[in-house]
Amino acid sequence: MAARAIWKAVLHCGPVRVPVKLFSAIEDQSVRFRVLSRKNQQPVRQALVNPETDEIVPHEKTRRAYVADNGDRVILESPELAALEPEASRDIELLAFLPPEEIDHRWYERPYYLGPDGDSSAYFALADAVEASGLEGLARWVMRGREYLGALRLHRGYPILLSLRFAGEVVAAEELKAPSGPALNQKELEMARQLIGMLDAEFDLASYRDEYRSRVLDLVDSKAKGRRLRLVKPRRKVPSDDLGGALRASLKAVRKTA
Amino acid sequence: MARETEPEEHESPKPFWSGVVTFGLVSLPVSLFPATRGSTLRLRMVDADGTFLERRFFSGDELEPLESADIARGYEVEAGRFVVIEDDELESLEPEKSREIDLGEFVALPDLDPVHFERAYVLVPDGGATKAYRLLAKTMEAQERAGIATFVMRGKEYLCAILSERGILRVETLRFRDEVRTPDAIGLPRKQDADAGDVAELAKAIRSLQAKKLDRAHLEDRRTRRIVGYAEKKRKAGTDVVEGGDDEEEAKESTTDVIDLMQVLRERLEGKVRARRATADGGGTSAPKGKAADRLDDKSKSQLYATAQKMEIPGRSAMTKPQLIRAIRRHAH
Repeated sequence: MAARAIWKAVLHCGPVRVPVKLFSAIEDQSVRFRVLSRKNQQPVRQALVNPETDEIVPHEKTRRAYVADNGDRVILESPELAALEPEASRDIELLAFLPPEEIDHRWYERPYYLGPDGDSSAYFALADAVEASGLEGLARWVMRGREYLGALRLHRGYPILLSLRFAGEVVAAEELKAPSGPALNQKELEMARQLIGMLDAEFDLASYRDEYRSRVLDLVDSKAKGRRLRLVKPRRKVPSDDLGGALRASLKAVRKTA
Repeated sequence: MARETEPEEHESPKPFWSGVVTFGLVSLPVSLFPATRGSTLRLRMVDADGTFLERRFFSGDELEPLESADIARGYEVEAGRFVVIEDDELESLEPEKSREIDLGEFVALPDLDPVHFERAYVLVPDGGATKAYRLLAKTMEAQERAGIATFVMRGKEYLCAILSERGILRVETLRFRDEVRTPDAIGLPRKQDADAGDVAELAKAIRSLQAKKLDRAHLEDRRTRRIVGYAEKKRKAGTDVVEGGDDEEEAKESTTDVIDLMQVLRERLEGKVRARRATADGGGTSAPKGKAADRLDDKSKSQLYATAQKMEIPGRSAMTKPQLIRAIRRHAH
């Protein structure tokens, strides 16, 4: 079954216009839980409460406040905030084309497929040109009242936009120092290298299936029928104090099963 | 128990998960902290007087807010009918995976497609010992390999890759194969040969936009800049400004939590962790529990209230000191 497009746009690559549709590339398969009240086993009602009076403040009486560094609050009314939102637009503007990996994947947030809108000739020309360039595009657009920044690249031969996180939303890992300590034992390093080598594999995403999902649904099903689950306590794992010994034993165990 | 906080939670630097990473028979106690956060701008909900409002849960039409013990996780089995699912039941389905990230495979880095990356976490050693952590990080980096594992948390199984960069381990949760649609599933048309002239024109446009380096200015969150700029202007003009009162501490929280996270990460990576009872019995997995339950009786009521606030314990403002202690203990277990 074909997916529904979430947005229609025109991608501007320099002077060239490419009419496109956006599709979410993600299909979340998580089991959806609700927050229930134990009293009546029904979803809870949420409300905003003034903690000083414990009184519920109805939605139309609530405001948003910006909190300054000195603790002062500036109240912002909805029309003021709306006026600060970006203007609606159908344009995806390409800002730059960069060498791959120049946009660190830690900035990637969510993938969207691009599909042709109407005539597909410009669309397939874009796919070919991006592929031949070996570069990744940096794009900006406003979708449903929100500003997005994205990376344009190919996935399975088709153009995708990966929305990006903004500055300040990714922990600056380069400012962190790695744990330090006495020099590692050469023998242990060699054993760790061997162990990782023995567990070396070609990554096959298809071999990982979320079987837990169906087990959760089975649990729901049996509880709905009034059955109870036998609870199993997880065993405690003891951290390896004797690192060398644990490595030696691991190598032995892996060799046996190999 | 392996403990966790909501992935969307940015209130305070709490670990997303604590447990054990194993490879072969080597096991190291670790915590996962989010490496990403939501927008840096956080507007607070207030009433017309500027009083900070709190979100509370209520049952049906009742006016009394629910306490955390009155709230459960449920699944809708048919319209309007729900089944309560408890934490220990979810854990019992996969006891091992609920507390263990077992690196069963090591794969070449280019095998990982970033399209499948969902969220990143910094992995830090728990319990002060860093040797096994350093050994794993160093070897993985030298071999240019990422470890692959699955683990279970709060009713969800996560597939993840552990990557080592500059001696620091990072977890990337990966979307399962059936969570990323294929072009076929979307209904994208079969590939067609493009007109050579069109391709040449686009190739020229791409070349004209070519740059060597990413201009970081592009990553700026312009919406945040606009709103902060506008609000600061109002503040200087004294329009709609409510001066920060007693809860100034709370108000500042929003600007300091990034700094706190960096601080926590730095300390944990240095192996600086207060010795806790939890480490004595070998269970890195139970470590965070000790923190919350630690000598609550010695704390003042306002300290307890602040803790309850961080934990988002409903009904906290009406609680007495013993009630706060009980609620915090319940919440922490």
